[in-house]
Amino acid sequence: MTEPVLSIRNITKMFGALAASDNVSLDLMPGEIHALIGPNGAGKSTLIQQISGGLTPDAGSVHFLGRDVTGLDTVARARLGLGRTFQISALAMEDTVLQNAMLGALGAKGRPFSILRPIMRDKGLRQVAEAALDRMGLSTHHNTVTGELSHGQRRQLEVAVALTLSPRAFLMDEPMAGLGTSGTHDLTAILSNLRHEAPILLVEHDMDAVFALADRISVLDYGRIIATGTVDEIRAHPDVRRAYLGEET
Amino acid sequence: MTRETWINAALALGLLAVPLWAWVADEPFTITLATKVAILALAGVGLNIALGLGGLVSLGHAAFFGLGGYAMGILAAHAQNYTPLMEWPLVVEGTKSMPVIWLVAVIVSALTALLIGALSLRTSGVYFIMITLAFGQMLYYFAISWPAYGGEDGLSIYVRNGFPGLNTLDPIQFFAICYVLLILALAFSARLARSPFGLALNAARQSPQRVETVGISPYRLRLLAFVISGAITGLAGALFADLNRFVSPSMFSWQTSGEIMVFIILGGTARLFGPVAGAALFIFLEQALGGLSEYWHVHLGLLLLAVVLFARGGIIGTLAGQGARND
Ligand SMILES: Nc1ncnc2c1ncn2[C@@H]1O[C@H](COP(=O)(O)OP(=O)(O)OP(=O)(O)O)[C@@H](O)[C@H]1O
Ligand SMILES: [Mg+2]
Repeated sequence: MTEPVLSIRNITKMFGALAASDNVSLDLMPGEIHALIGPNGAGKSTLIQQISGGLTPDAGSVHFLGRDVTGLDTVARARLGLGRTFQISALAMEDTVLQNAMLGALGAKGRPFSILRPIMRDKGLRQVAEAALDRMGLSTHHNTVTGELSHGQRRQLEVAVALTLSPRAFLMDEPMAGLGTSGTHDLTAILSNLRHEAPILLVEHDMDAVFALADRISVLDYGRIIATGTVDEIRAHPDVRRAYLGEET
Repeated sequence: MTRETWINAALALGLLAVPLWAWVADEPFTITLATKVAILALAGVGLNIALGLGGLVSLGHAAFFGLGGYAMGILAAHAQNYTPLMEWPLVVEGTKSMPVIWLVAVIVSALTALLIGALSLRTSGVYFIMITLAFGQMLYYFAISWPAYGGEDGLSIYVRNGFPGLNTLDPIQFFAICYVLLILALAFSARLARSPFGLALNAARQSPQRVETVGISPYRLRLLAFVISGAITGLAGALFADLNRFVSPSMFSWQTSGEIMVFIILGGTARLFGPVAGAALFIFLEQALGGLSEYWHVHLGLLLLAVVLFARGGIIGTLAGQGARND
């Protein structure tokens, strides 16, 4: 039997009287893309935050690679190999695209407290950073200031930085948002291959992408998981159709 | 070379040319003013690492400036009175040697910055400003109430401390010492900005979440920045005390912290030579306006307001335009 890479057990998080996470349990298995869908405000980003370490759950646990990481902070979880992208881009906007990618490479493979050697001349880190940018189609934008990128390009850079980490699992919060048709198509192909390097917990609103990519889907509604299953099972699920897909079909 | 590099070179040469001219023309007061610019710029280079690169608005850097000053004052006072600094558990004598004094100033400032930083960097924004201010004021009142070292009156040192092979009483030679230290600090600061640490610190200022997510602790980055920053400002404090041959609690005052920050804002926050341009303008204005009116600080305040409102990049930013800070 294979062990889950990431295992979330009975997570509850209250914001006042609002249960943003209500007894949520979820597994991410090796090699899979596990999509997390649900209407706006269902608690998807809140759940991602609790997995990555930015928020502490009121109850429940997060296990990563067989280790209880519930008490660890974001930095420690990242060092264990959790790679995350943000719904709202969190990038160094005044820095260049290459510098942002170098930061990722530095965090994962470099020595961030070294103060004398110029980082941009570090060939090893540069290779990692450039390969990630190439893969995300940003190779002609190395010297562009990040703040000048289009919204879609920033999303691509978010994913590129996560790639530089060579993480053991990806957490991606709406990476397709704002990408446009061809961007979504390209990223779908990239993520499809990426699952073999590390499994992906994918929050996404674009249903075509979700149905094309997901090995399993979990549906979140008012902080609760109302269904988990394969694409076909979820498409057919009556509660899901009512709570979520009903809006679209 | 970018436009900013040319401006920096012009500033470096200008700060050298003025005292050389004054030396030829036998105007020692002008040399003293240039020395003051170099020392205050050095203090600013220190603060700029925390403020410009790290985004840490410290209103307590007078703590390090003052500690550097008192490191000089205390060591030199014991040396000139032939009394040991302490006798137990081992005998420590005072010293009149600049390099030793600098080393002590840097170490004491760095350790204090580690302590203050470790506590205050747990907060951010206005709380951080207030806590750093409070630490500075604590040292200020401590210095006032410590009669062994002059209390409110401060400490006078009769003869400037020595540097091997130089006559430090000669204004141009003392200027040379301060100038070289400033250039070394600038070179170090430029390298720091391009280093892995510089990249990460600068990113932590822009998006701490991003830095955490790649597995680097913004807190630790900031703490190291604060320590380096405090150490450089402490060195400047030791030189400043030697320039005046006098230390007093006013080196610890919040006005001192404010002035160091003013150099940076005037010159251009996070610009390598910002503190040099700012300190030079500050001393120039102090001389030009201070003679005209006792209230020259009001004029300075208006100028500062204009810079903050209309010229965010300060002098350097206005002259050089926007530029990538580290490549
Ligand atoms: N820090 C907070 N304090 C209070 N309420 C919050 C906080 N963060 C989120 N919420 C609330 O928790 C609920 C879940 O928010 P969350 O951002 O997790 O939703 P989401 O599923 O990611 O939505 P979207 O699809 O719009 O991104 C929302 O009702 C939101 O308003
Ligand atoms: Mg969300």
